[in-house]
Amino acid sequence: MIHLIDVKKEFQGRSVLHNINLNVEKGETLAIIGASGSGKSTLLRLMIGLLQPTSGEVWIKNVEISQLPEIELDKIRLNMGMVFQYSALFDSMTVGDNVAFGLKEHTKLTSDKIKQVVHEKLKLVELEGFEAMMPNELSGGMKKRISLARAIAFEPEIVLYDEPSSGLDPIMAAKIDELIVNTQQVLGVTSVVVTHDMNSAFHIADRIAMVYDGELIAIDDVEGIQNSQDPRVREFIHGTIKPIKRRQMHVDRS
Amino acid sequence: MLMHYLEKIGSRVINAMEGFGAVIILIGQIFYQLKHVPRGRHVLRQMANLGVDTLPIVALTMLFTGMVITLQTAHEFIRYGAQSTIGGVVAIGVARELGPVLTGVVAAGRVGAAITAEISTMKVTEQIDALKVMATNPIGYLVVPRLIACMFMLPLLVIFGDVIGTFGGWIISTYYANISSAMYMQSITTFTVVHDITGGLIKSVFFGAAIAVIGCYYGLNAPNGAEGVGKATTQSVVGAIIVIFISNCFMSLILYR
Repeated sequence: MIHLIDVKKEFQGRSVLHNINLNVEKGETLAIIGASGSGKSTLLRLMIGLLQPTSGEVWIKNVEISQLPEIELDKIRLNMGMVFQYSALFDSMTVGDNVAFGLKEHTKLTSDKIKQVVHEKLKLVELEGFEAMMPNELSGGMKKRISLARAIAFEPEIVLYDEPSSGLDPIMAAKIDELIVNTQQVLGVTSVVVTHDMNSAFHIADRIAMVYDGELIAIDDVEGIQNSQDPRVREFIHGTIKPIKRRQMHVDRS
Repeated sequence: MLMHYLEKIGSRVINAMEGFGAVIILIGQIFYQLKHVPRGRHVLRQMANLGVDTLPIVALTMLFTGMVITLQTAHEFIRYGAQSTIGGVVAIGVARELGPVLTGVVAAGRVGAAITAEISTMKVTEQIDALKVMATNPIGYLVVPRLIACMFMLPLLVIFGDVIGTFGGWIISTYYANISSAMYMQSITTFTVVHDITGGLIKSVFFGAAIAVIGCYYGLNAPNGAEGVGKATTQSVVGAIIVIFISNCFMSLILYR
């Protein structure tokens, strides 16, 4: 469904991703893990054409999108949804208008039908009845759920999540995880979730890929990642740091 | 030392040329988006936001400008016995120059700043990316309605501004300089021609376009963070005012020679 071949990305001469090869199968949920600044979100943005790779190819279904003009890219994007790290709700619109945005822009559905779809999607994220509220009246968790409702309103085949549970309390983070699993089961979407929350990744993912300093160093199912012998993977999933760094810190303090 | 200054100057020239090129590209993208039917409701909303809400400050500016211009000219004109021309001079000055330029400057401060602040905030909060992800072109969705609204509303504001400015002149000439209303009105109808007004309106259409394009350009290219929004807004207002003053000079040369 999503296929990246030898993808490199540089920003102002600084390499952020090097030679990424990645394949996401139809209907699976792939979690991309890695430290902050490792290039996870850049990878997600390449998949939806918000960034173009410096070299390499990005295939969505059977279309290579990295060189597509914007108008052709839009046709591909109609089949994709994205949940942004900070929700990116349109703050001048109500919750209902946010969720209905894609339907109003790209379909000829009647306003009654649109209202019905909005209600259904809000019900899916357990926020029915919030249509008239403004984004600034909502909590962070609610905004994330509205963002998910907006992403799936057009019934896309692919949904990308950028740090869906960051900044949320553990209960709300677990709720968002449930919604991601539920969305995958109900709509059968292909999901790519960028996260550094290991509990979340283990819970929602079929496979997990780890990005380390711009390189894809591991990709395996949950069990394979949990049992990985790569010290970089082990350090990250167990939240430990290299002993040498610890020693260095003692030296620095003294 | 000399090399350092030359490098600095060269770098500024390159940056300025890059900025100019980027604005030209934006104008090209706007023209490309104009092939789609503009979103009527968005245009009307922008007209209300950018036009109607700006009327009070335009009215205030033009009223007092008309008054002060009359105050300054009345003294001298009466001394030379030319009080019968005061109305015409004020009306021509307001219609040709003061109306369009001051309305443009007020709109740049209020409308241009609002456009840049809104769009740059949308950019730093990923709302522009959200538009793209939902297959909606930000130029067509955000820039085109604002451009159309500014190009339509600025001439309307100038018409109101011209009338109010001339009214301000009438207040001073009647109650301060003791010139009769009939003489003031007679002077306006004698000296003013339609082209005085239409020339000012043509200028204001260009000023409206400049305010919208510059406002949107700085909004879409704002650096990240709250500081970026503030910086972009300031640059937008300053840029629009500079363009208004410079282009006004050239347009006056072309329109009124």
